[in-house]
Order: sequence, then C-alpha cells, then structure tokens
Amino acid sequence: MTIQQISIFVENKAGCLEAVMSLLAKNDIDIRALSIADTPDFGILRIIVSDTDKAAKVLADGGYVARSTPVLAVEIADRPGGMAEVLGVLAKADISLEYTYAFITRHTGSAYMICRVEDNDKAAGVLAEAGIKTATREEIDKL
Amino acid sequence: MERYYQPEIECASRDQILAWQNERLVKQVKHVWDSVPYYRKKMEEKGVEPGDIKGVEDLCKLPFLTKDDLRDAYPYGLLATPLKDCVRIQSTSGTTGRRVVAFYTQHDIDLWEECCARAIVAAGGTNEDVCHVCYGYGLFTGGPGLNGGSHKVGCLTLPMSSGNTDRQLQFMVDLGSTILCCTPSYAAYLAESINERGLRDKIKLKAGIFGAEAWSEEMRRDIEKSLGIKAYDIYGLTEISGPGVSFECSEQTGMHINEDHFIAEIIDPETGEVLPDGSKGELVFTSITKEAFPLLRYRTRDICVLSRKQCSCGRTHVKMSKPMGRSDDMLIIKGVNVFPSQIETVLINMGMPANYQLIVDRVNNSDTLDIEVEMTPEMFSDTVAQVTNREKELVSALKSMLGIYARVHLVAPKSIARSEGKAVRIIDKRKI
Repeated sequence: MTIQQISIFVENKAGCLEAVMSLLAKNDIDIRALSIADTPDFGILRIIVSDTDKAAKVLADGGYVARSTPVLAVEIADRPGGMAEVLGVLAKADISLEYTYAFITRHTGSAYMICRVEDNDKAAGVLAEAGIKTATREEIDKL
Repeated sequence: MERYYQPEIECASRDQILAWQNERLVKQVKHVWDSVPYYRKKMEEKGVEPGDIKGVEDLCKLPFLTKDDLRDAYPYGLLATPLKDCVRIQSTSGTTGRRVVAFYTQHDIDLWEECCARAIVAAGGTNEDVCHVCYGYGLFTGGPGLNGGSHKVGCLTLPMSSGNTDRQLQFMVDLGSTILCCTPSYAAYLAESINERGLRDKIKLKAGIFGAEAWSEEMRRDIEKSLGIKAYDIYGLTEISGPGVSFECSEQTGMHINEDHFIAEIIDPETGEVLPDGSKGELVFTSITKEAFPLLRYRTRDICVLSRKQCSCGRTHVKMSKPMGRSDDMLIIKGVNVFPSQIETVLINMGMPANYQLIVDRVNNSDTLDIEVEMTPEMFSDTVAQVTNREKELVSALKSMLGIYARVHLVAPKSIARSEGKAVRIIDKRKI
C-alpha cells in the first residue's frame, strides 16, 4: 500500500540542491515527485524516485544524510476538487497530515498526492472505504 | 588628586611588599601542606617540603596547579579549612562541564572585597557615590565582588545584576548612579541605549569599572566618549578570589596586582620556566592570605606582561597588561568562560559525534556564539518538526552547560573544515 520516499538533508546554501540533483542524474535516477521543506538553515528534500534502493546507496556513498520513509501515494482525479476530496476523507477520520505534496502524470490522466501520516494502514483503509485508491510501488514505477 | 583605599598598603615600599610576601608565603605553604593532602602529595612528588620555602625566591620550587587539578579535586580536594569555617562558595565553569567551586571564609570575603574597594577608590569612588553594579549576581563573582567592595567604600550600592536595560536606565537616571560596574560590552550597549533615548544629559556617571572580558583601547575610548566617563579595567578570576585581583589606576596603562595578597609570576607556558619581568608569558598566581581556598602557583592560562615601572599614581604594586590571549583554548564570551570541550561533552552525551565549530563574533558590542553541528542520520528525520525539536534539545543542553545562549546551525556532514585531519573548532571574528 505504501511507497518509499527518500528525504535528504540539504543545507540552505547556493549549489547544495544542485549537487544532490546532479548526483542522482549521474546515476540515472529519475525523480517522480519532489518537495522541499525549508528552515532558515537547512532544507529537507523529499523525493519519490524510480529506484529507491539505488538512490539510497548513491546518496549514502555521496556522504549525504538521508532516510527512507513509507508514505502513501493517493490517486486523485486531475480536476478541481480532486485533492479536497481526499483531504475531506482524512479529516473526517481525524487523521492529520504531517505533510503532503502532489504531482500529475503524463500517461494515466490522474494525479497523485504523497501523504505522510502517522498510521499508514489506518489512512489507507479509510481512503479505500471511500473508494480512493493508493498506488503501489509497481504502479508508480510504471508511470 | 589620586586617592587610595589603603594607602599604607597600596603605596608601600617594595621592600615592605617583599617582606609581607616572604612572611605570608612561608606561612601559607605550611598551612596548605598541613591541610590539603592533594597539594602535599604534589609537593612530595617534587621533593619539596615547607622548610624549603623560605621566601618568594623559593616560589619556583613549588608545583603548579591547573584547572585540571581543580576538576580532579572537585569539590573539596583543595579546601584548606573545615567547612564550618567557610561562609560562601562562588563558582565558574570548568573544562569539561564540571564546575570549579571556590570556598571563602569571612576573612577571605573581606580581603576580596577590600581588593574591589581599592579598585573603586582608584576609579574615584567615595562614600558620596552611587555605585551601579550590573555584573551578574549569584555564583558568578562579578556582582558579589563589586557589591562588597562598594559597601566597604561606603557607596550607595545598587545591586542591579545583569539584564533588563529599561530598569537599569531608569535607576541610573532616577537614583543618579555615578559609578558603573559591568562588562565592557554591556557598558557599550548601555551607552548606545542612553544616547538613543536622549538620556545623556540626565545621567550622572563619572566612572566605569569594566572587566570579565577582553576589550580594546579603542572600545575604551568609545565608551568614555559616549558616556562622558573615565573607564577603568579590572581583572580577576574565581580561583584566586574574583574581580579585583588587579585593577587600573588613573594612568590607565595596566592593572596593579594586589601583591600583599597575590604573588604573580610569568612563566613560559611550554616549559613552566619563570621568565623575567617584562617578558610575555603565562600569568601564575599564588594566594598568600586566603584561608579556605589558597591556591599555590595557579596557572591562569592568561598570557600577559608584568611591569614594575614606577607608576604616576603613586601605587607601588606590580602592573599587569591586559591579557593578550590564552595558552589554552578557553574563550570568554559575554564574560562567561567557555571551553570547546564542554560543547564536545554535550554532543557526546546526546549521542552525537563531536563534529562542531564555534563562531564567536561581536555584534553591536555584544558577543554572539554560533555553533555549527554536523547533521547525523540519527538526528535526521523527514519532518521539520522532529529535526527542529532535536535542535531545540541541543540548544537547551548547551545553555545549561555553558550558561549562555548559543545559536545552533545544523550543517551537512563533513562540511566543517578540517586541517590536517583535525577539525578547526573555533572561529573568533571579534576584533578586540
């Protein structure tokens, strides 16, 4: 039900983000989705990539502090209100989001919301009951 | 006209001072030998007995004491009188977080306060003055020392302690403070606030006694000009008593060491060899009158020069220059002693590797401390809240260890510059 997200510690300095991206590019790792949470000193770069294991190894070898976290990739309709619907279901079940970010795809016509919640199983169950799908690793890989 | 608190002592002949020192040193060595097994053992190891010390010329035979000894002997190992005879402790930070605790009998408090009284009178203080003390009160010796000295002189004493600038200024104006005692950086800050608020014509300050941190001649002139006062330097350390070990006179060319209580030596910090007057080296003090905590040959780690040139003020006691640096890695930030090893201890206690860098700066005349810490996988999380929570825990652990606030910056692993494999721990940007 969940997919792995990689988060990476990146300093808030010119060139730091570029360095991570270049490292991933050099190793042929494709980024499906990305978000950055920033503080005055540093940022947390969160990415969904084509090959999580390889990306984790490349980053570790490159001296980065990174970690993998299971998150939900919730399929949403690529139309106004698509995201609100999902948020409504979660809110009703009193599930709070740590953070979320969304991306659209070229092929399926749908969009995805990456959701970080405390209890993935509970959130996925609530969404399934409301007829909302969460994508598997394979589905994301195929995008 | 120059005034003195104890002219018969402060202007005594060199022969008289030497006679006092000889007599008191012999007595003190015997007192320590009899009551401090820790130091007696050190003397035995060096093959020295009290009988070998017949006067100041034999001082060099005695073993040194260092901050490490104070840590090893904590808390009672160097105490030389029964606790029932002690009336006070004061404390300062130690090298690895264990604090240095100094004990005082009433006699010790009196001599310390007398030294501070000499400093206040040298700065023009009389019983007509209002002495505004905004050094910190408490374990820190700054407040209690000047407070006691001010009482001895008979000044109206305002025990303001540090902080709360509004209240400082209000009392300064309403009660007509004439002598200000604080760190030079706080004096500069107060001066700025006074001028910003247009209070310059409402204050009656005539002198300031500023110590506990390094300050330049330029800073002195700035403070003197902006407050319309004469600014005097004062030096001291908790281990030896507190502020007032030495103080400046009207000549403002160095601080007279109270030689009737403390014998000063300058040594080569590498070899421990005593250097002749006028040489630059590490300052070493021997306390010859204190009862409870009489340190013999205590290495201050302050680098300075002694001068016995005749002083125009009439005082005959030797003068020391402002400390020009340290022979260890101690920093004085906002008047507080900070050792890099203390930061290391906090990091290790929190399960973090000791990769860090201290950046000390002086912004608007006030010291700032920034600590860069390398991010670790253990400390990292995908949520900002968790990372900042850990950062806050670190900030508060550092605050309780160091006693001052430090901004923490999390930086990328291995991003702190290393020279020859050893991290560069301190960047001091202060131009003092």
